[in-house]
Amino acid sequence: MSEKTMDPSISRRSFLKQGAASAVTIAATALPTVASAGESQQLATLIDIEKCVGCGACVEACREKNQENYPRVKKPFPKMIPKRAKPEDWSDKQEIIHRLTPYNWLFVQTTRVMVDGRERELNIPRRCMHCINPPCVKLCPWGAARQFPNGISRIDPDICLGGSKCKAVCPWKIPQRQSGVGLYLDIMPSMAGNGVMYKCDRCYDRIEKGGEPACIEACPEGVQTLGPRDEIIKLARERARQINGFVYGDTENGGTNTIYLSPVPFETLNKSMEQGPGRPDFEPKKDAMAHGNNLVTAMAIAPFAGAMAALGKFYMFTKKSDTKEG
Amino acid sequence: MGVKKIVSTVLTFLPGITIAMLAVTGFAQMPIFKRYYIADIPGFGWLAKFYVTHYMHYLLAVVLLAFLGHRSVSWFLGRKRGAGTVWTTKIKRLILAGLVATGMMLVVRNLPGYHFSPGVLVALDLTHLGLTVLLMVTGVVSVVVSRIIPDQNNKSV
Repeated sequence: MSEKTMDPSISRRSFLKQGAASAVTIAATALPTVASAGESQQLATLIDIEKCVGCGACVEACREKNQENYPRVKKPFPKMIPKRAKPEDWSDKQEIIHRLTPYNWLFVQTTRVMVDGRERELNIPRRCMHCINPPCVKLCPWGAARQFPNGISRIDPDICLGGSKCKAVCPWKIPQRQSGVGLYLDIMPSMAGNGVMYKCDRCYDRIEKGGEPACIEACPEGVQTLGPRDEIIKLARERARQINGFVYGDTENGGTNTIYLSPVPFETLNKSMEQGPGRPDFEPKKDAMAHGNNLVTAMAIAPFAGAMAALGKFYMFTKKSDTKEG
Repeated sequence: MGVKKIVSTVLTFLPGITIAMLAVTGFAQMPIFKRYYIADIPGFGWLAKFYVTHYMHYLLAVVLLAFLGHRSVSWFLGRKRGAGTVWTTKIKRLILAGLVATGMMLVVRNLPGYHFSPGVLVALDLTHLGLTVLLMVTGVVSVVVSRIIPDQNNKSV
């Protein structure tokens, strides 16, 4: 089955059925569904910080578009065992727009910095960075998160158990949890899982139909430019040269599909702006998946090394036997 | 104890220890060790660090694959043939083969630029986990069988 024809979401019932059935059929079905897409196929967004006036039209559009995707919570929450696993509830705080929450996947960070000797207010739209090799997708233990060949990463709310590992491994701690919703309620609500993780899916459904993400469409200032990653990176660096500016996201965490262009160094931005839960930073980020992936060559060589050792031992053994016999 | 004896002892237990540690670091990929206070036990804090356990899992996989390469050639050359052929061992070998196959596919999945369709992704994760549990159960059964019928040559792998 080709990557494009797959239904991007799975119902809860089919997930449970799949768990048992797929174990048998995996060997036959797995290989054809593996798709390798180079970075060139990925779509990236350039966010020109200088252009943003902080009107919040993008936030409003995002909330309107995703209203149907926001969690519909069942209360009371299950009693958690052990008590350390506390439910997270944003359902009564849906109006919050100054940080990331399960009900707010995009917000505008505002800060004041010195630009060319005068103080200026800068507004920065923040959401998921959509990494080239997203740890949230790759390290999800249930396969609840996936990456599309166009670089969009998405958490499937029908599969996610809300363990929050995606948030723990995300360099920017983007995904946000809402308890009282999702598959865990049907399995072991007290013992395993704690809700569903939510984050920007860059309007994958709109893009699939040839459209634009709601935030881009609604922006009156043209802050965001969407295009093939190679072109966006080229454009960002060119503009940075023109304005004597700085680029963020091109190399962070091995490269992302959200590229920021700023008139001041990101170090300065990072120091001046408010950070904390739901408010990501602009720190330099090393490639989080690199350590593991660097061992892949060793994995490929290991069986041959073991085989050579056995052959060596066999050779020594036969040589010794020959000497004894001789 | 001579160096040769120490090396021999280490090599005897290395596969078993590697597989056990692979199981531990594999389970640590789920957010359970912190939730259930296991990472709070002094010396076990690393179990809650996903990148540490992920890296360890990969390192241990390298050791296991080297061992399997060694064992396969030894078997082929007849040096280990005949050892460990009881039914539990055969099942364990099959499970191990399944774990290696699914593990390799997950390694590929983790490389940049590789995408799996959602059904396969879920299937791979669950199969890898299910086979690990099955291997543990078979291991216990294997020990029980070897106690009941002690003359069986019941090797661990």
